[in-house]
Parts: sequence; structure tokens; C-alpha cells
Amino acid sequence: MSGLLTPELLANIGKQSAPRREIVTRRDIRKYAIATDNRQRKYLDGDVAPPMFHVALFWDVVELDQLTPDGVSIDTLLPKFPLEKAMAGGLDIEYHRPIHPGDWLTSVRTLTDIYEKSGRSGPLIFYEIVMDVTNDDGELVIREKTTRILR
Amino acid sequence: MNPKVGDHLPERRHTVGNVQLMLYNAALWNGHRIHFDEPYAKDVEGYPGLVVAGPLIGDWLNQCVEVWLGDAGTLTRIEYSNRAASYVGDVIIVGGTVTAVDGGEVTVEVSARNEAGDVLAPGVATARLGS
Repeated sequence: MSGLLTPELLANIGKQSAPRREIVTRRDIRKYAIATDNRQRKYLDGDVAPPMFHVALFWDVVELDQLTPDGVSIDTLLPKFPLEKAMAGGLDIEYHRPIHPGDWLTSVRTLTDIYEKSGRSGPLIFYEIVMDVTNDDGELVIREKTTRILR
Repeated sequence: MNPKVGDHLPERRHTVGNVQLMLYNAALWNGHRIHFDEPYAKDVEGYPGLVVAGPLIGDWLNQCVEVWLGDAGTLTRIEYSNRAASYVGDVIIVGGTVTAVDGGEVTVEVSARNEAGDVLAPGVATARLGS
């Protein structure tokens, strides 16, 4: 280990985003289903949301002057890391309940882990963010864990 | 449906065009220029073309499992990682194999690969049989 992760950086583990509440519309489901090449009628008609629709529903909506020159929104949950080149990422998604038009869903994101490994070409920083999506009854609809690697 | 270890899921080939990639990122509100600004993607970032969005490939893994399941079950979990980039115009082949059947639960190994055989996104999905 090259000791990239200072106590100050690691102190960000546990940091949580403010809850975001969004409404699911048939139109948004249809757009998502069409853009992903889906062939199932229930999704193309927007009767129910396909898996991974939550990725679109909770993508950060920021104003133009908050985007970087390459068009990316800055994730305010993340500290400034000593490595910045993003490599492969992974998702682990649990589907607990179906999503329908008219549903109000709330997401909360938590930075759950930061760790370091040595890769072939130098040190790598991993971080994990868990996003819980719940309905207005407080029931878990989706739990998604994102793992990202920086080099 | 009576899935058995070793069963293959029907494969599907996807070819992403500019319009689809733009609509996908618009549906997300993803303004990352590597997905729509070809001079930027090539000259500044050094990619051979416009980069297919990682979660779009992930979505296809979900679809592969759901289409195979039909009404016989429900997708309950999927994990995958984006290992290699792919570009507008590439043909991306998505498929899977049943690796475990335990009572009402089926585990499937899924993958997306390009025509050269490079694995772009390997994953594991779990489904519950029955409605």
C-alpha cells in the first residue's frame, strides 16, 4: 500500500446525501424503455418500469454551470481523491418491489467504503456508494451498490 | 419453466447508433461529451469513437435475463461490472448460462461481449421462480 488514504479521506465513509424524492411518470418509463432497446410491451407502454429505470430517475439533475467542461456533474458525496482517472465500475442491484407510474420514490446515497489496492500499474482507490430507494410507505424498492475504481 | 444448470439464455445482438445513444443519455440527463461529441471523444479523450454508456450495457444484461424468464419468474438481483469500453457501431452480444438452481431460485452468469470476443461486462443475476 502506498498510503494514499489519509484519515481525513477515510473520515468521509458514512457520509450521506440529502434524500431526493421523484415521481415516476409513464412518459419517462417509455423514453427509458425505448432508448434501451427494450422489446417488452409492458415497458414500452410504460405500465411498469423496467429494471435499471431508477438509474435514469435518480441521475443527478444539475444546472449547466455546475457541469464540468466534459459535461459531467460533480458528485458532492465524494471527497477529492489523490487519484482521479476513473476506471471500470460495477453495480450490484437488488430489486425488492415493482415501480409503476404515479409512484413517488425517495433515494438516499451513502458513501459506504473507501479502500486501496495495488494494481499492476500502481495503486488503485476503490469506493462504494449504496443507494436505497424507498416508497412513501418507507418500504425498500431497490438497493444499489456502486463500486468505482480510480487510478 | 424448468431451468437446469448449463442452460443457455437466448442471445441478443445490439448495435448502438448515434440516435439511440443520444436518447439514452438524454433520458438520464447525462451530458458527458464522450457519448455525443465525436471530435471531443477522439481528439481530447483519445477514444476511437463515441463511447457506449456503461449502464446501457448493464441494462441489456437485465433484459437478457428477463426475456428468458418471461412470466415464469422475477429478477431479484444483478451484479455486473463494466470492464472494457465499446463504441457506436459495435455489435454487442449479450447472453448467459444457468449456473445454479436451488429450489425456487436460479443463478445465471451473464455477459456482454463484442464481436472480437472481448468481455465488456460480466455479471451474475438471481431470479425467483414463480409469480
